Amino acid sequence: MWEALKRLYHRMGSPKWFYEISTRWLPWFAIPAGLCLIVGTVWGLAFAPADYQQGNSFRIIYIHVPAALLAQSAFAMMAMAGAVFLIWRMKMAAWVAASIAPIGASFCFLALITGAIWGKPTWGTWWVWDARLTSMLLLLFLYFGVMALQQAMDTEDNSAKAGAILSLVGLVNIPIIKYSVDWWNTLHQPATLTLTEKPAMATEMLIPLLIMIAGFYLLFATLVFLRTRNKILWHERKKSWVNKLIQTPAGRS
Amino acid sequence: MYFDNFADFLAMGKHGFYVWLCYGITAVVIVVNIIAPMLQRKKLIEQQARLQRREKNNAS
Repeated sequence: MWEALKRLYHRMGSPKWFYEISTRWLPWFAIPAGLCLIVGTVWGLAFAPADYQQGNSFRIIYIHVPAALLAQSAFAMMAMAGAVFLIWRMKMAAWVAASIAPIGASFCFLALITGAIWGKPTWGTWWVWDARLTSMLLLLFLYFGVMALQQAMDTEDNSAKAGAILSLVGLVNIPIIKYSVDWWNTLHQPATLTLTEKPAMATEMLIPLLIMIAGFYLLFATLVFLRTRNKILWHERKKSWVNKLIQTPAGRS
Repeated sequence: MYFDNFADFLAMGKHGFYVWLCYGITAVVIVVNIIAPMLQRKKLIEQQARLQRREKNNAS
């Protein structure tokens, strides 16, 4: 088991291996992602019943909750990749971290903007400076900070190091976001989904939400693959395997 | 289907504006996130192919 893990780890460190395996994996993430997003959106928008208090504005949950969950997990994954780079100097990990940053920031932005739009009909205001909203805004700024640091230093190595350190420090914010609705009085409702309790939501509302969450995570994996593959092509452009790939028509598509 | 007709579906009670704005923004952000790396890849490969051709011409 340990040996198998170690072998996988060493392979992951090889850009060529990652490029080739992701070529094969991409459709297995992209197609289910598209299916989940289409089914979840149609189900959530047209077939799920309206909320008895919030009416149809509740349908925003099918974007808001998956985006918010993903923005936080993506940050944790980026920090993990950063740690792998700092400890073992694995270049692939730095490229993955740099690929995650703009994608995570996009989903963080989506969580904030859909939350604001949802807040207007529900709370009567676009924005309040309460704990959940403020800590989520801080997450977006942390993403921007990491993205800036990842290209700020004189060498690529130092930039990756600086980005990794900020993402590890920024991890502190993740439990703050999670528990903000319990620790402080807030307008924001408590967590919709918990692992320990039975969901408070009706099943016919819950299933499309779970499908959307799956779709967002699959889409995230697809996007990380796409960006990381570009970084590999760029960094390995002098290598013979990339040169060969560029000359074949299949490599171009 | 939860709604009686298509007009009701578009209206979303009184919340049509908010719901459709959210879904619209999300669609744009997702599409940009898919297209941007694909365009970058195309550019990268074209650039490298051009460089290769030039080097080959210089060598011969």
